[in-house]
Amino acid sequence: MSERFKIAIVGSGPGGLSAAARAAERGESHVLFEAEEHLSNTIYRYQKGKFVMDEPGILPLRSPVPFKAGSRESILDGWDEAAKRVKINVRYKHEVSAIKPAGNGFEIKCTNGQIVQADFVVMGIGLQGNIRKLGCPGEDLAFVQYQLDDPDEYEGETIAVVGAGDAAIENAVALAKQNNVIIINRKDEFGRAKKGNEQAILKAIEDGTIECYYDSAPERVDALSVGRKKGRMILATKNGKAQILLDRVIARLGATAPRGFVEGCGVVFPNKDPASVPAISSQYESNVKGLYIVGALGGYPLIKQAMNQGYEVVEYILGQKVEPADAPLLKAKFEKMPGFRSVDEALARVQKNVRLLAHITPLQLREFMLDSDIRAPKPGETIFNRNDYTNTFFSIVEGEVQVVVDAEKNQRVSLRRGEFFGEMSLISGRRRSATVLAGANCVLIETPRRSMNRLINSVEAVKREIDEVFILRAIQSRFAPEASAEQLAEVVAASRLERFKAGDVLFNEGEVGDSLHLVRVGSLTISRSIGGKDVVLSYVPAGNYVGEMALMGESRRSATARAAIATETVRLDGDSFKKLVNRIPVLRLRLQSEYRQRTAANLAMQAMPSGGDIISFLLAQGAGEATDILLIDESLCVRCDNCEKACAETHGGNSRLNREAGPTFAQVHVPTSCRHCEHPHCMKDCPPDAIHRAPNGEVFIADNCIGCGNCVRNCPYGVIHMATKAPKKPGLIQWLMFGRGSGPGEAPHDPHDKHVGQLKQAVKCDMCKGIQGGPACVRSCPTGAAIRISPEEFPAYAQSRR
Amino acid sequence: MHDSILTYARSRYLWIAIALSAASLIAYFLHDPGGPPNGGTWLGYTLGTIGALLIVWLMFFGIRKRHYLNGAGTLRGWLSAHIYLGTALILIVLLHAGFQLGWNIHTLAFVLMLIVIFSGFFGVYVYLRYPTLMTRNRESATREAMLEEVNEIDQNALALADGIDPKIHSVVLRSIQNTRLGGGVWTQLRARDGSDLALDSLHKAIAARENRQEMKTTEMPTMFAMVDFLAGRATDKQGEAMRKLIDLISRKKGLATKVARDMQYQAMMEIWLYIHVPLSFALLAALIAHIVSSFFYW
Repeated sequence: MSERFKIAIVGSGPGGLSAAARAAERGESHVLFEAEEHLSNTIYRYQKGKFVMDEPGILPLRSPVPFKAGSRESILDGWDEAAKRVKINVRYKHEVSAIKPAGNGFEIKCTNGQIVQADFVVMGIGLQGNIRKLGCPGEDLAFVQYQLDDPDEYEGETIAVVGAGDAAIENAVALAKQNNVIIINRKDEFGRAKKGNEQAILKAIEDGTIECYYDSAPERVDALSVGRKKGRMILATKNGKAQILLDRVIARLGATAPRGFVEGCGVVFPNKDPASVPAISSQYESNVKGLYIVGALGGYPLIKQAMNQGYEVVEYILGQKVEPADAPLLKAKFEKMPGFRSVDEALARVQKNVRLLAHITPLQLREFMLDSDIRAPKPGETIFNRNDYTNTFFSIVEGEVQVVVDAEKNQRVSLRRGEFFGEMSLISGRRRSATVLAGANCVLIETPRRSMNRLINSVEAVKREIDEVFILRAIQSRFAPEASAEQLAEVVAASRLERFKAGDVLFNEGEVGDSLHLVRVGSLTISRSIGGKDVVLSYVPAGNYVGEMALMGESRRSATARAAIATETVRLDGDSFKKLVNRIPVLRLRLQSEYRQRTAANLAMQAMPSGGDIISFLLAQGAGEATDILLIDESLCVRCDNCEKACAETHGGNSRLNREAGPTFAQVHVPTSCRHCEHPHCMKDCPPDAIHRAPNGEVFIADNCIGCGNCVRNCPYGVIHMATKAPKKPGLIQWLMFGRGSGPGEAPHDPHDKHVGQLKQAVKCDMCKGIQGGPACVRSCPTGAAIRISPEEFPAYAQSRR
Repeated sequence: MHDSILTYARSRYLWIAIALSAASLIAYFLHDPGGPPNGGTWLGYTLGTIGALLIVWLMFFGIRKRHYLNGAGTLRGWLSAHIYLGTALILIVLLHAGFQLGWNIHTLAFVLMLIVIFSGFFGVYVYLRYPTLMTRNRESATREAMLEEVNEIDQNALALADGIDPKIHSVVLRSIQNTRLGGGVWTQLRARDGSDLALDSLHKAIAARENRQEMKTTEMPTMFAMVDFLAGRATDKQGEAMRKLIDLISRKKGLATKVARDMQYQAMMEIWLYIHVPLSFALLAALIAHIVSSFFYW
């Protein structure tokens, strides 16, 4: 008979460890399984000395295990000590391979053959999962390693780096300085890596500083006892087998997502999206009764949240009612709501009133509310203004709001309880399309972009509903504000969303047109073939449409429309659109007048094809997804670097701009500087949600950055870097008269090295938000070589450079 | 959009400078000082005051430039005004002095001012002309990238030379050591990099080597003909290597010249400031001396 415990905890990360500690503290029979030889492998694998933050700062910690912001070492030491103190029953090197319901509980199987019974299972295995190993004999030899703390530790060795991702490339390039490096790539290219890394590795291979085996996979690694090298690797290559004698193998193959394992336990994921997480109840129970999920796997990536959940889950299992740690925070939020009684009642009211939120689990709702704000604006108060760059999402809990459709005629539309708004900017990443004012008894939930996107991506029903409303509103606001929803019903029903990759063609010049496209995300270029060459005539940002003329009179497309970046459009069916045009005569006039303007602009561009070349060049630099891009006219730039100095001086000594780097075409130079993308890549994966967009469009990093470097890796333009805060500089007089510190425009220096070992945070251009007069780089350019423009201005700009 | 400092805001400051000059001229011709026009009349004092204030304001540009948080206008506007009003200063000061010059402290201030202003004209000229030249010269590589490539070529050349002949190796090594990019002001301005010398000495070394092996080849007129000769002998691997070496060194020379020119342009865009700025301080001192002496030693 195998052992039986009340609670079995899988994974000793923050969530699992905290749960085990709580169970131990309560004297319950428990066991904690950890695949490695130490606790909390994800944090263990952090680089030495890494500073770990304890966001969200407002949330109180509730766990027998201590956790405070500090170095990786101090945190791990504290955890080891706590595990001993409360006597956690931990089993190291027990990798769980299967969890199956058995009798009144579960049967847990480990890879080493051990089988354990438990009444309840708490799963805290995180999303990092297990690092993927070589998957061949010899993968666990001493000289085969799966991480690299400090590349400078190795010298004069022959090292095989396996992998083709960013980590592998960064390691290989860093090691190649002092070692003989061979990189082994399963494919024939490095397409998965960031552009900069790809270029670096290809150059290193071309120069011969790194040797590369393409289309190759390790077949075996052996330790050698004779000879100068420690081991050898046998490779299966396209041309047969190859042998490499080496000192060390560094495999950077990423981590296997634990999804397969989790699904094997019977837990259901809501959809196929790799970012989705299993749905869990407000007590962290999954769809399998008795199986609980805490931490990142349940959608809570922050350490402190996971630790609190570990504590709470044990209480729930023991049948205790705990007020979740977030209850006081929620209470503070809901107190603004008129008629507030209790958090639970308020949550129920939200879910009852807002149809969109009826689809989500109670726990998701709590999380959603923690991220969101309750607003109870007075009637007539502005929620947001037209052309603001904000991208939060609003749900109406009570009362109504008024959308100003036409400011001149004071034409307004009311939205009532249960409806939502703000989805346009959220989806398109562009400015607000209308001003919204509060109506009577208005209570709103304002949700930040990231939380909303997470909800849309994890709950299919929410996505569907938002998309349906989006299509209706987009058509209504762009074509026929005076038409009612009924009049538009036919067009809406015949419309659908379409996605295009960068460079995909929506339609070609000369084709018969049967539809028109309203751009919802991304942007398009319009080009014509002139003298056998594709000449770009214009740029169509989100919120505009193309292809209407082929429906209105000319039957063939007069130009080619192509996606400039990844783009989504609403495709309106031609026949139903024609009917709409016939029904609404104003619409025809409006379309015709817009068409005339557009044709005139196109003709102007056609007259000077070199303008099209400049637009093409800018779009090739990714400017199509920019909202504001820094351009330098090299025929005016005197290379004084005053722009960089100004940037550093106004941003704590770190310039966020590299003037010299970046491509140039026809004297137009695109320096390495933030473009404030419509859908910022840097925002994609920010654990503390520190990257925001300000009302004027500036994408900036707030002070709660934890220095993880995700944004640096995610930015395709290399405009974010990690930096410590620079020392303060003396005033002008102090510097001039007494020579204290460095002078204006000079790099600050730190005579006492006070800042060594300080937390590095990500820094990027914030377009000098909060500084009067606009971006310092532009303002401090003595010759006017630096300007900032948005892609809508590209055609005019190209024409100005005749 | 982009426009130059001279046409900034439709040359607003040009018109202001013209208006100021015209007003000064009109006043000068209408004014009857009752003697030769000079700085001592009311108009002289007025123009002198305007001139002195202008000088102080023009010098304030240096502070404004470093005042990165200052929201007062763009630096481009300031520079545009700096240029036009600075030019107008010549006329205003001449009118102030009633065109009287002599060997004294007053004329010293005037001469200093002229040097400052004309060095500024040179600055405007290089600012308008050199940026385009610089871009064209670089062909969208950064200076750092070019230097890296030079370095790379050096390494490759050394490795290649090593396989040919110890003597060639030492010549290549020396030529690498002799290549100097940057350095003193003069070197930067002249855009010499020493790689010519390297190529020459390499040619000599090859010639000497060929001399030893085959007496006749010394009569080959040019080194390129020799290379052709060497390449023609398909069996001679060294000949092939040598041809490659010469290719490499020629490429390096091209690059080094480019870098040197890049530095030259940059130096030209900066060197005038070393006259313009210090002499403006000398001018300020002379100006103070001029004012003090005018009042105390009248």
